[in-house]
Amino acid sequence: MSETQTEKKRFKIETSALRAYTMLGALALIWLFFHWQTGGIFMMPRNLSNLMLQTSVTGIIAVGMLMVIVAGQIDLSVGSILGLSGGVAAIVYTDLQWGIYAAIFAAIAVAVIIELFQGALIAYLNIPAFIVTLGGLLAWRGAIKGISQSETVPVADETFKAIGQQYIPPAIGWFIAAIAIIAILYFAVARARAEKSYGLGEGKVGAQILKSLLPIGGIIVFIFVMNSESGVPNPVLILIFVALVGYFITTNTTFGRYLYAIGGNAEAARLSGINNKIQIVKVFALLGALTGIAALIFTARVGSAAPGAGGLKELDAIAACVIGGTSLMGGRGTVFGACLGALIMASLDNGMSLLNVQDYMQELVKGGILVAAVGLDMIGKKS
Amino acid sequence: MKKILEMRNISKEFPGVKALDGVTFDLGEGEFHSLVGENGAGKSTLMKVLSGVYPFGSYGGDIVVAGEVRQFQTVRQAEEAGIAIIFQELSLVKELTVAENIFLGKEPNRFGIINWSEVYQKSSQLLKDLNLPLDPRTKVENLGIGQQQLVEIAKALSHNAKLLVLDEPTAALTESEVETLFEILKDLKARGVGMIYISHKLDEVFMMSDRITVLRDGRTVGTNNAADLDKDKVIALMVGREVGDIFPTTTHELGETALEVKNLTAFDPDVSEKKLVDNVSFHVKKGEVLGISGLMGAGRSELLMTIFGAWRGKHSGEIIIDGQKTPINSPADAIRNGIGFVTEDRKRFGLILEQTIRDNATLACLKQISGKFITDRARETAATREVMRSLHVKASSPMTIAGTLSGGNQQKVVLGKWLLTKPKVLFLDEPTRGIDVGAKQEIYSEINLLAEKGLAIVLVSSELPEVLGLSDRILVLHEGKTTGEFSRSEATPEKVMAAATGESKTLI
Repeated sequence: MSETQTEKKRFKIETSALRAYTMLGALALIWLFFHWQTGGIFMMPRNLSNLMLQTSVTGIIAVGMLMVIVAGQIDLSVGSILGLSGGVAAIVYTDLQWGIYAAIFAAIAVAVIIELFQGALIAYLNIPAFIVTLGGLLAWRGAIKGISQSETVPVADETFKAIGQQYIPPAIGWFIAAIAIIAILYFAVARARAEKSYGLGEGKVGAQILKSLLPIGGIIVFIFVMNSESGVPNPVLILIFVALVGYFITTNTTFGRYLYAIGGNAEAARLSGINNKIQIVKVFALLGALTGIAALIFTARVGSAAPGAGGLKELDAIAACVIGGTSLMGGRGTVFGACLGALIMASLDNGMSLLNVQDYMQELVKGGILVAAVGLDMIGKKS
Repeated sequence: MKKILEMRNISKEFPGVKALDGVTFDLGEGEFHSLVGENGAGKSTLMKVLSGVYPFGSYGGDIVVAGEVRQFQTVRQAEEAGIAIIFQELSLVKELTVAENIFLGKEPNRFGIINWSEVYQKSSQLLKDLNLPLDPRTKVENLGIGQQQLVEIAKALSHNAKLLVLDEPTAALTESEVETLFEILKDLKARGVGMIYISHKLDEVFMMSDRITVLRDGRTVGTNNAADLDKDKVIALMVGREVGDIFPTTTHELGETALEVKNLTAFDPDVSEKKLVDNVSFHVKKGEVLGISGLMGAGRSELLMTIFGAWRGKHSGEIIIDGQKTPINSPADAIRNGIGFVTEDRKRFGLILEQTIRDNATLACLKQISGKFITDRARETAATREVMRSLHVKASSPMTIAGTLSGGNQQKVVLGKWLLTKPKVLFLDEPTRGIDVGAKQEIYSEINLLAEKGLAIVLVSSELPEVLGLSDRILVLHEGKTTGEFSRSEATPEKVMAAATGESKTLI
């Protein structure tokens, strides 16, 4: 008995880390399964490049959604907002011909203003987020149908389409990778030094660098795979950038810490001097900005803005968060998990499409996996 | 006396912890048997074993009810054997009526259709039998905590319980509610109901107990007739060492006035006419401990909340800090002006239970300690470690999850959180509720230490000895109004209680 206890202590991994490893393991299994079933097509660079592209739109929204859910809120309207701001961008670009920058600005501004408005209703009028954004789900879809007279607005021009369809040249890809690796090493050394200066831990630089080897290896493999096709797709680079910023916000900023505090115990946060209302408006605005970016990518990839664009995207984003271990009660979740969740969802889509699984079956499988992922999490918590 | 319960050699293990280790306990018909011990001594665990929360097979030893070895798989089975338990946290559904709560899960019905007239008839009969002054049609949310406790008891006894377990039943009750409760318990005792009474309040334990069993670290330290024990002996058994006077008798050196409050009035946020704090004025000096006494609902917490800028209802009055009139409109204003507030009910207002000690401790001063926009986690960890050391928080690291700590250590984390804001005035609202004797004592000496360092301290507590033992001066509130003010030398329990009940003639 006592022996097993010391064993347990020695191999005690933090719950959050354990969850991350479990998810990575699940992703690996899914990939291997599809690779085997598709006769080696799934993990070909071409398909992986495709898969990453498919992840990008949901992933970008999921990063914002994660922060909203961590703060104890929810947003059901992002799919409709994506449709509306993509439509506005297309109208500004194609119909009004104001140029690419105006289109980008318009898409993001529309989404941010809408979310500021919704966030204010939630925070200051105390209307539950579920209700406000359910209203938004209907209203903003109506708005885009009205503005576009329910017609699809094409974006034929190459400049706009580049946002979603261009690739980063391989050389530049390697250059960015090099910068990223240098940054990782720099932070590893800085962390070791900081720990030492506050008398925490041993402050061993070597140990911190050892920990960085996995992400560095990941970056090299990733760029290598992407470059062996056409290079890193633009949207994927944007997703990675968004994810890094999201990671930084949630783990290294006061704003991020406040989100977890508000979601964990709103009353305790308020009594600790945090202005919960402003933080909630801010987090919705942030989700708005990310939705605007996602709308641009979506419109550029498709090459047109349909009035129904982005339908059900809100549920994809929420599902990605939940599969990634986010608690809908607030206070718990990571950007890494949400992105991994988005990748798992996209992998299922991609793999099943390769296998020509029928549509209805794909939906059945995805729904089942969503519930099963949370179920396993709950069972894991109990034991 | 006929034995109605015997628990023989009960053991219960959780991963890595032996919560109960060969505990023996018995209860006779009509007996009042108290179970005491520090937090974590195993009292609640023992009762969960008894009541089927931990099913048969998950513990070792035998439970013998009325001479028969029983193996309860569920709470329901234990209930059917006549065992009723009232846990620390009330388990009533607030939106339902008294009667609906009493019959919850066992409504008289036919094909699933509830026979309401029977529900109300039976429950009003039950309440009458028990001499409980309650209307079965009242919604529970409209009752005070004390009355809710009585509903719990009625619910427990609705299935003819022969054995009633009360786990800290008076934690949230006023003195008068405690009296009502004990009247009812006496009545039950006379009818032959055996009672197991768990409490930190030794006064209550000695009020009715026939026998007292002390648990320590999951073992029975001893079962004795109450007549053979006194409070000091029980405390010694609980902590395993003799303790002297638990209140350090230090007099504080007073400085200038740190905080002054003039004509503070606060209204109920829901009933806009109702004043919860009515024209209260007071001051507290540097190095002084001002105790605020009063019964539940006297407006003590509301007073502190209002000063702290956290009151949601209408309010008025003046706040003067260091001689300067200071408007405080939010907790952030209060913190900026040097007020710290160790709130009551740490689980609801104080802590984010699923987060680490560090994230909790630095929450109120994150921007000062860590950086305005970007956090410095190493620095936070160092500061947290420092405060954990000075308050003797027992946890393996600052990254331990707050919810896994014992009550006393959780309370120390809340205190640490506010000390990190470097306050000049510190509000303490029920700082020792529900924590064990050892941790209480540590918090008392910390309060004295802080006063010596020149902090102005405002202490709200429902435990009279605590207020009397720590305060330089005591302010008494009754129904939102000041009904008494006493210096340490003039304060006696009788005077303070008289003022708290509004009976005092020396209104000021």
